[in-house]
Amino acid sequence: MLILTRKINEKLIIDGTIVVSVIEVRGDMVKLGIDAPRSVKVFRSEVYDAIQAENRQAAASGLQLPDIGLGSRE
Amino acid sequence: MMTIHTKALGDLDIDERQLLTFQNGLIGFDKFQRFALLDAPQKPYFYLQSTELTELNFILLDPFLFRPDYEVDVPDELSQALGMKQADDALILAIVTVPPEGGTITANLMGPLVICRNSRQGIQVVLSDPRWQIKHDVMAELATSRK
Repeated sequence: MLILTRKINEKLIIDGTIVVSVIEVRGDMVKLGIDAPRSVKVFRSEVYDAIQAENRQAAASGLQLPDIGLGSRE
Repeated sequence: MMTIHTKALGDLDIDERQLLTFQNGLIGFDKFQRFALLDAPQKPYFYLQSTELTELNFILLDPFLFRPDYEVDVPDELSQALGMKQADDALILAIVTVPPEGGTITANLMGPLVICRNSRQGIQVVLSDPRWQIKHDVMAELATSRK
């Protein structure tokens, strides 16, 4: 892992298109600003972790599928 | 035709057009990229069965059945990457969790599957619209949508 030290208002540039700025540091909280093209998806890692956990639960689903009263798909 | 091993339905003959490729896998399951899309015996469910690991099977539903207001924004870069040429090439499906011990079945509308019908390439996307959560109670939403 690359580790860099930055001060408030200093930035990082990733791949020439993504700019990460340190906006505020207060106690154990760091506020970051991210400028990136629309095609770059930025998420808190908790969101990915939650979807991963849900996928695991989904893969462990029971195979007894409840009738949801929508039998006529065609 | 080819025969695949399935978790829910034993050995099954399928048409090659039922095969899908998820180049990034599903989130947390990135090693498995090849799946078959099957009709479950109970309508209107589908199975997304891994052709690489028999034990890996997901249950899917058409999210628009219980959330007619559902929206998935497919950016141009993504639709091109999947090989979509027109809007109706996109097939949107939600992964469903059925607790094995019984209970509320939920659908993940935050992380739907976007599949191109022509190229049969798919991806699990993450939506940032706060309306779409990881667990939507399917029966409750269905009741609401019928009001």
